[in-house]
Amino acid sequence: MTLLEHLRLWLAMTLPGWAAYVIPALVGIVVMLGFVLTMVIVLIWYERRLLGRFQIRLGPNRLGPEGIFQPLATALKVLLKEDIVPSKGDRIVHWLAPVVVFVPILLIFAVVPLWQGAVLADLNVGIFYVVAISSVSVVGVYMAGWGSNNKYALIAALRTVAQMVSYELPVVLSILGVVLMVGSLSMTAIVEAQSIPFILVQPLGFIIFFLGAVAEMNRCPFDLLEADSEIVAGYHIEYSGMKFAMFYLGEYGHALAYSCIIATLFLGGWQGPLLPPVVWFLVKIMAIFFIIVWMRSTLPRLRVDQLMAFAWKALLPMAIINLFAVAAEVLWLPQTLPWLPVAVNFAIAGVLIVLWSRLFSLGGGRVEV
Amino acid sequence: MALKTEPIVLNIGPQHPSTHGVFRMKVTLDGEVVVDVEPVIGYLHRGIEKLAEGRTYTQNIPLTDRLDYLASMTNNLAYVLAVEKLAGIKVPERAEYLRVIMAEMMRISSHLMAVGFFLNDLGAMMTPVLYMWREREKIIDLFEMVCGQRLTYNYMRTGGVSQDIPEEFLPALKRFVAEMPGYIDEYDQLLAENEILLARTKGVGVLSRELAINIAASGPVLRASGVEFDIRRADPYSIYDRFDFDVPAGEAGDCYDRYRVRIQEMKQSVRILGQAIARLPGGEVCAEVPQLLRPPAGEVYGRIEAPKGELGFYLVSDNSIAPYRFHIRPPELINLTALKDMVVGWKVADLIIIFGSLDVCLGEIDR
Amino acid sequence: MKFERYGKGIARGMALTFKHLFRRPITVQYPEEKLAVSRRIRGHELVWSPERCTGCATCARACPQGNIEIVTHAQGNKYVVDKFEVDIGRCMFCGLCVEACPYAALAMGTSYERARRRRQQLVLGKEDLTMSEAMRPSAYARPEFEAALPKQSLLVYWDREEGGQKLKRLPLSKKRGRGA
Repeated sequence: MTLLEHLRLWLAMTLPGWAAYVIPALVGIVVMLGFVLTMVIVLIWYERRLLGRFQIRLGPNRLGPEGIFQPLATALKVLLKEDIVPSKGDRIVHWLAPVVVFVPILLIFAVVPLWQGAVLADLNVGIFYVVAISSVSVVGVYMAGWGSNNKYALIAALRTVAQMVSYELPVVLSILGVVLMVGSLSMTAIVEAQSIPFILVQPLGFIIFFLGAVAEMNRCPFDLLEADSEIVAGYHIEYSGMKFAMFYLGEYGHALAYSCIIATLFLGGWQGPLLPPVVWFLVKIMAIFFIIVWMRSTLPRLRVDQLMAFAWKALLPMAIINLFAVAAEVLWLPQTLPWLPVAVNFAIAGVLIVLWSRLFSLGGGRVEV
Repeated sequence: MALKTEPIVLNIGPQHPSTHGVFRMKVTLDGEVVVDVEPVIGYLHRGIEKLAEGRTYTQNIPLTDRLDYLASMTNNLAYVLAVEKLAGIKVPERAEYLRVIMAEMMRISSHLMAVGFFLNDLGAMMTPVLYMWREREKIIDLFEMVCGQRLTYNYMRTGGVSQDIPEEFLPALKRFVAEMPGYIDEYDQLLAENEILLARTKGVGVLSRELAINIAASGPVLRASGVEFDIRRADPYSIYDRFDFDVPAGEAGDCYDRYRVRIQEMKQSVRILGQAIARLPGGEVCAEVPQLLRPPAGEVYGRIEAPKGELGFYLVSDNSIAPYRFHIRPPELINLTALKDMVVGWKVADLIIIFGSLDVCLGEIDR
Repeated sequence: MKFERYGKGIARGMALTFKHLFRRPITVQYPEEKLAVSRRIRGHELVWSPERCTGCATCARACPQGNIEIVTHAQGNKYVVDKFEVDIGRCMFCGLCVEACPYAALAMGTSYERARRRRQQLVLGKEDLTMSEAMRPSAYARPEFEAALPKQSLLVYWDREEGGQKLKRLPLSKKRGRGA
């Protein structure tokens, strides 16, 4: 029973049925949207200051104390810019693309539990819903590339489609490993089943999911679709004004969404010793985002064929083997020793990583023309 | 059932974050694979060779600053050496040592910039650039202390250098030389064994040994292809034959070797700096040269090992106060003629890195 | 190409970036904090001393671009300088005029903040170029002015007190964010 369902039952005592259904829904939507948009703004600030500190400089610090109004200034700036539409591009596709990219990301947050019972809709197919919705943004990216009438955008869009589709598979398979251990697809059930956080129980699953999630988010080292130094901002090269703002917010929203999902699936959601559960959830999100920004500031990016090779030849076989191993453990290992799967999984992870590093070759070489 | 495909022509235009200046490439792509590349240059042409015919030999020194504007000291040095060869002027000892110190500091600074932006093209998001610019800032502060400017120095003169170093220069330089090997090790830690870097640059954009010699390549590009040719060793100018340094060379001629050769050249430059500081004599810093120099009629070709390759000046004099012909041999233009052979068959992302590993500066290509 | 090092190279790189979180940033918050520039800076102006100038126009002949315009008339056996004009919009601040002057009447300036809104304001006449409190000469080719200028702040000595060249932090102005 989520908190909203409690609210509905309490309202049904005084108001007619339809009002008791609509009002909690509205309250939940407003709270969730507020959470998402506020956290996106905090993440924008956090990333810019953190990137600055990694690069031995200060981040933005002029607007407001320590620069906290900088994201607000960015938002104002993009709102005031002129909206330019390429004349030969496909107008409807160009206009619709930011919407198709941004809305599914907002929809993911419907099933993310902030703390015990604080979830907008406790679907019993929670994680399956997340996977399904996040694959809709791929279409939006391709529409953006096509509708811009620009060769750079087209190259970027085709690369992106290939990348995002290929990385769906390892992500889904590693989620299946978690689901097998829990026995349910619902997000709340997954959090409650984690007496030991699943990052320890399934290290290989965590690594595969993390790398797949970074690739889905198009962040470094997989950010070749907005490679600033090659194709100059990729698929959103022809966007300005509010549409660009939606892409920009969508990127951070995507980062926030995947951080929340990693926190829920692998780190134990809201569980933690002393502090209130919401604070633990926020701490975990910020920690994961810190690692994502850290990777961004250090690593060069992969080329497109190396990226695809990494997904199909390295992550996918490891994800399948991980799934088989987890299935075997769930079937045969006794339930009374919760730490035994930890040791077994770490061993399997170590062996697989060493083996794959020896055998695996990254991408093709020169093509004969 | 075969799909009918068409190659597209992409214009990586003059304004682009990664073309290191205004350089245009018309690239024909088949999917992601580069089939043909046609470079178009001339967007920064300023007519330096013609402008120099109307100015005296000393007034041309600020013009040479603006050729490869990231390595102004070595441009000045090459020009001034050519004029001294033509006019038969002897340079005092202290001036020779100061020239070597400035040239080696300039080499370190130019290579820091080259390696930093090469890594930026690879996608490492300005972090290596900012680390390397911290060291470059220290070098440029020292240059500012000596000659007053940070980019276009105008420091060398015919017969020596324009002024002596102040007394705070040597302690600061010694501190820098002591710290620099530690920082170079940090750059190695950041990126030398990084798997992604190795995957992106090993074997990519190979310039074979025969081709490098045939097109008269020079500098780190030539040395990475396996040819150990350094003008400081092969045809020593100034007092380079008195210093003890190695000439690093690569083997495969790919982007990774060019990157490694530049890092190792920085280490060798630090070595030369240490030796030059220790042996710096006293004395005059400039020979007595008339203000309006009239070299005897004749022609001369003077060349040095600039950070980017062999920078040469061909001067023809007719015994007047201005040169009759002033021709510059830019190292990067000659190196760039191999671009098509290096790039065809690779992908768009590789095109950018191969071009970045050549380390061009449009100021000297277009003159 | 194989992934031979099991991700160890990536881990070392990321460890270095993490270490930089604990180093002091080297940002200078201009315009509240300004670095002390070199004593020999070739600033964006020329400083002229009317007492020493004889109107010989050697500086105008030495300029590679012909930026200096001098108009004189004879009075007795001396020249009186009517017009001494420099266009700093065209000048490249190479310093050849300063080196050429035989009477040490011309020096480079120390200011680098000479942006103006109109091009005509960049043409400096006799009154703007005269040496004064506001127009201080730099020590480029003029070692007599070196003692009056502060020592340069060097990045090499960033967090050390050696040579007394630690970065001078000026008090921050109250109007943060809009420049001083």
